[in-house]
Amino acid sequence: MSWVEVSNSLTYVILSSAESDLLYQSRAPVFPRSVKGAFRNLKWAVLVLAYGVYFLLPWLRWQRSSGPDQAVLFDISSRKFYLFDLVIHAQDLFWLAGFLVIAALVLFFVTGLAGRVFCGYFCFQTLWTDLFLLIERKVQGDRVARMRLAKSPLSTNKLLKLGLTHFLWLLVAFWTGFTFTLYWDNAPQLIKDFFTGNAPFPAYATTLFLMATTYVMAGLAREQVCTYMCPYSRFQAVMFDADTRVVTYDLIRGEGDKGRNKVTASLKKLDQRQQQGVGECIDCGYCVQVCPTGIDIRDGLQIECITCALCIDACDVIMCKLGWGKGLIRYTSENQTEGKKSPTFKLKNIAYGLFLLLAIAGLTWSVANQNPVDLSVVQVRQPLFVRLSDGRIMNSYNLRLENKTNKQVNMVLMIQGLAGAEIDTGQLKTITLKPQDTLKIHARIRWQPSHSTKLARPFQFNAVPLESSSVGMITTDATFFAPGSQY
Amino acid sequence: MSDAKTKSTQPVVQTTGHAWDGDIQEFNNPIPTWWIWSFYASVVFAIVYWVFYPAWPIGDSYTKGVMNNITFIDSNGEEKTMHWNTRALFLREMQQSDEALLTKDWTKKVSSASYQQILNSPEMLEYSRSAAIGLFGDNCAACHGHGATGKIGLFPNLADDDWLWGGSVEDIETTLKDGRLGYMPAFKGALNKQQIDDVANFVLSLSGHVVDAGAIKRGQAVFQGKEGGCYYCHNAQGSGLKSQGAANLTDAIWTVADVNAQSDIEKKKQAVKWVIDNGVSRRMPAWSGRLSDAQIKLLTVYIHELGGGQ
Repeated sequence: MSWVEVSNSLTYVILSSAESDLLYQSRAPVFPRSVKGAFRNLKWAVLVLAYGVYFLLPWLRWQRSSGPDQAVLFDISSRKFYLFDLVIHAQDLFWLAGFLVIAALVLFFVTGLAGRVFCGYFCFQTLWTDLFLLIERKVQGDRVARMRLAKSPLSTNKLLKLGLTHFLWLLVAFWTGFTFTLYWDNAPQLIKDFFTGNAPFPAYATTLFLMATTYVMAGLAREQVCTYMCPYSRFQAVMFDADTRVVTYDLIRGEGDKGRNKVTASLKKLDQRQQQGVGECIDCGYCVQVCPTGIDIRDGLQIECITCALCIDACDVIMCKLGWGKGLIRYTSENQTEGKKSPTFKLKNIAYGLFLLLAIAGLTWSVANQNPVDLSVVQVRQPLFVRLSDGRIMNSYNLRLENKTNKQVNMVLMIQGLAGAEIDTGQLKTITLKPQDTLKIHARIRWQPSHSTKLARPFQFNAVPLESSSVGMITTDATFFAPGSQY
Repeated sequence: MSDAKTKSTQPVVQTTGHAWDGDIQEFNNPIPTWWIWSFYASVVFAIVYWVFYPAWPIGDSYTKGVMNNITFIDSNGEEKTMHWNTRALFLREMQQSDEALLTKDWTKKVSSASYQQILNSPEMLEYSRSAAIGLFGDNCAACHGHGATGKIGLFPNLADDDWLWGGSVEDIETTLKDGRLGYMPAFKGALNKQQIDDVANFVLSLSGHVVDAGAIKRGQAVFQGKEGGCYYCHNAQGSGLKSQGAANLTDAIWTVADVNAQSDIEKKKQAVKWVIDNGVSRRMPAWSGRLSDAQIKLLTVYIHELGGGQ
């Protein structure tokens, strides 16, 4: 290393080419070792459940009196989202905002209680990385075998194994992308069209794009996504406090007074170690080897830790073998490890929980109490009003009636709030709305405003169902304008 | 050279390793790897693009690209296949896209239906409305205005309930197909000033304006007599005549004299007198050669619906 002075104020450090590697940190490959245990089983269960739902749901058929027979279908062209018996129309998409509020509150609530639970158990990056790691392990063997293979010179065996791994990854990635596409069209038809080259272009583009991202993120980038790309790791940290249960290495138990030590002849038994002030951690490194992000949990809470809890399983395996008791690495809070009181439900968590319940109740209420028929009114503004031959004034309106039920609804249009006014919809006396159908009607209102009334006059359109059914009268506000209106 | 420890916070750079004149070195600030790869990828993309799309100029021609032809119907109605270009792409889109095919379907449906069927079908009315708005904007709005309210004295208002030439769908279709010639002779010279004043008084009284009773009586005699002959077209009662496009003078709507806009009766009278003095000559062109029958049908339904028709 040498120094060069560029100007009075600026000096650069000159590096030799060997030192220049410092400029860019290249990724240290991570070869996570397999582990068995309670958390691993839990994670497999979550994975099977999540994959079961994701990969099978588009194939599930559903009986509807009208509309497609796919249980879950996001139909862009007809602007309807089908979720089992619930049909979400375009104007109800604000429910999505409600759903996102709930999702955010669940995240706040759970993260405050037990840290990055979402990252460790439910995030698709974690789930797909897990599956890709499983494929890698089945083809190439466990950690040591994989490390040896990575170091070994190019050979037929290496090419075959790496090739098979990447081939299987691409296959999974393809089916992942394709399954996503299936949610947006009739699945059994789309699969035929897709492989005969007749599917629409967006189907191929979406599939290929998601295939590429799945392959790159879960196969190649892996923990770098969590560490460098994902914002969650950064902002979840602010939801932690000293009472949040996170994956923690018990520093007091593990290190003792003199630190951790390997099992040696004089440090075989627990009482021997305690006498000499040595901690219970035997520095076997298993917790480091199983970590999918390649960190050492014994260094404390770190931004890279996704709390997958596999190090807990690893340490428990070793501790059980030694008979020293599980829990050297465990879910615990900072206050608990320091022997302080550490309540699970603090005011913050209770408040999050309450808001969460409120949000769920609000969304449920909104979905359950939606209008069976929507009536929206847009005034024709050019011309805003027309003078008629008998001296009356006419305003025109474009009405949009949407039947959200699965039954045909017959309605008549009426107005309320304009004494003596006449509504004219031409020859359409009764309006027949087919199930899940939309109609646009041009309505003309003729009225003789008296001179004393304010001439921008609010009134209501009423759509009145002819049969007595679950559909009630639908009312929508509108305004009648006349010459000289102040608006 | 100064002490390394004091310099440890300075920016770190790499050199290319060469040294000139003993100590002149070149900094090496490599481009980020992702940028380099994006650059290579765009080079590969460009080469692929050259193969499939028009790209390189050769003399006064250019490479056309292969395996990327577009087939469309040209303005002579013949099928034409040519190399990729945005003009052909646009034409094909206008002829063969999902939206174009759907439009074709609906236009066919509407043009094969009777007016009674259309007026009773909310779906066909909706299609007529959305299709005709564009046709109206392209062909009619120049005179009648975008909201079809016209311009008083020049172009009739199509959004009210007053129809010079009839407001039934059949009448509107005839008007559109054959055009109309609206004519009223100028009476300046044919009638004297007093007579014209009297007729104006009579005409205003028809729609309920309060004017001098004597003038009304004199005006009525001119209006209904041979001298004025107004009743030939406007009818003895002044209620107009559809076959002549003569205005109904008894209602609240004025199509030529802007009576409603005038503040006092004197000015209203002036407006009516001006029309009697100078007459009216208005012409609407025939559209049968310029628009297809289907387009005229769509426009008919649209215009009929604006004011509710007759």
